[in-house]
Amino acid sequence: MKTFKTTWRNIRRSPYQAFAAIFVMTLTFLFISFFTFLLYGSSKAISYFESRPQVTAFFKNEVKQADIDNLKNELNATNKVAEIKFVSKEDALKIYREQNKSDPLLLELVTADILPASLEISTIKIEDLSEINNKLKDSPLVSEVVFQKDVVSVLTSWTNALRTIGLGLIIVLSLVSIFIMVIIIGIKISQKKQDIEIMRLIGAGGWYIRWPFMLEGIFYGTFGALLGWMISTGALWYATPFLSSFLKGIPIFPLPLVFIFGLLGIEIAVAVVLGTLSSFLAVLRYLK
Amino acid sequence: MIRLSKVSKQFPTGVFALENISFEVGKGEFVLLVGPTGSGKTTIFRLLTRESLPTGGEIVVDNWDIVKLPGNKISHLRKKIGVVFQDLKLLMDRTIFENIILPLEVSGINPVSAKKIAEEIMEKVGIESHKDKFPIQLSGGELQRAAIARALTLEPDILLADEPTGNLDQETAMEIVKLLLEINKKGTTIIMATHNEDIMKALSKRVIFLNKGKLAKDSAPMHSPPKSDNIEKGNKKAESKPKPEKKNPSAGSGLKEDEDF
Repeated sequence: MKTFKTTWRNIRRSPYQAFAAIFVMTLTFLFISFFTFLLYGSSKAISYFESRPQVTAFFKNEVKQADIDNLKNELNATNKVAEIKFVSKEDALKIYREQNKSDPLLLELVTADILPASLEISTIKIEDLSEINNKLKDSPLVSEVVFQKDVVSVLTSWTNALRTIGLGLIIVLSLVSIFIMVIIIGIKISQKKQDIEIMRLIGAGGWYIRWPFMLEGIFYGTFGALLGWMISTGALWYATPFLSSFLKGIPIFPLPLVFIFGLLGIEIAVAVVLGTLSSFLAVLRYLK
Repeated sequence: MIRLSKVSKQFPTGVFALENISFEVGKGEFVLLVGPTGSGKTTIFRLLTRESLPTGGEIVVDNWDIVKLPGNKISHLRKKIGVVFQDLKLLMDRTIFENIILPLEVSGINPVSAKKIAEEIMEKVGIESHKDKFPIQLSGGELQRAAIARALTLEPDILLADEPTGNLDQETAMEIVKLLLEINKKGTTIIMATHNEDIMKALSKRVIFLNKGKLAKDSAPMHSPPKSDNIEKGNKKAESKPKPEKKNPSAGSGLKEDEDF
């Protein structure tokens, strides 16, 4: 209890240093939170695109239903297709109306006749997509093929790049935080050099002197993590309506509470480790 | 209780702070360490508390070989020796009460008992009315009393007082000496460094004179040295060693405990 009191007094009596330590920790954890949200969102987007039809074949206007059924059977016979869904002109109109319900002008201009019927196809293995794509392109019934393999692969490569860059930045920021914390706690130890000497002379053991500094580092880390998490979660909550409408159709928002509070738990654990490590290095360096 | 045997302390510059010093102090003795500035009085205190190590010789305190004492036992040694430092070494950002209770907190004594002990000692040395004041608000004599109180909180067997009357007027200095005599009367071994001749004359205690790091004169006979196997035993059992019972001392020549200052 006395150690906690001493720690709190040390923090209170040098507020600017405490502010600097908390600020740098907050920045680190703010970045970690935003980066985690971004990774979570992009992985959700990839899953979404992967679960969507991977090849869509639009038919010419004069194509008969029987020909479409034949083509469907031909594709099923390859045993490479996971799912085939036929979208008629009327279904296409319904989808169009749903997507543009907020724009009456666009709704008035379009009828079922000008929308093509289509087949939405997913394959069991992603590498079979090219074969199905080629087969559909060669068919005289098909006017256009939309092949979504590129969307998923581009998104995946972006996410991987983002992950690498983000992890690199997190490591750099964490190292900077540790470095700054070591300096701040080091300054505090130097300021208390005389007190420490007196405590040693009256019989204080090493850990009696070290513990308040260790706890100080842990406090800065934990408080910084909590602040970083609160700011990032608040910003996300504020931006959710805008992001939801911007990414319409992709079910990312709202983020599950388990994920958000799980992130808080992990961040606090990381903060305790960073704080402890910083204090320990400072104590090792300045309290010989 | 304390034995210095051919102790030397030489600085890297080659200058000797102490040279070939040997003396013993028995349990319950009151010894005055006298000498001009730079004669080595404070160095002896620093060696006794393991603030520094001698470059030669042997130091034994309460059966502990100070030179061979492992680093992790130093804090235990310092809890057994109360020190009134020349510059007092009070923590300026803590109240008098917080300063006095500090050794008890450091020793892990529970807060309720620690508070009680600290209050009793403050009353004993007569500074209970200043408990919530900061050191800067107290006079020289009051600060000395606070420093003595802090040195006594752990009921040490030995009290080292380094020029406790240095910056005080004669009347206050005598009050402090009287306080130290009362403490000594209860069995605590006291070594007091001073160069105040009036105090020397008034006390008529054993006096060890130092000059330029050498022992110039010792007014009392040597005591028989402790056995070396006891020293080893003392170092090993530093933590668990039971406190010896304190008895009224009779060592030293011509004690004047009842003398009114």
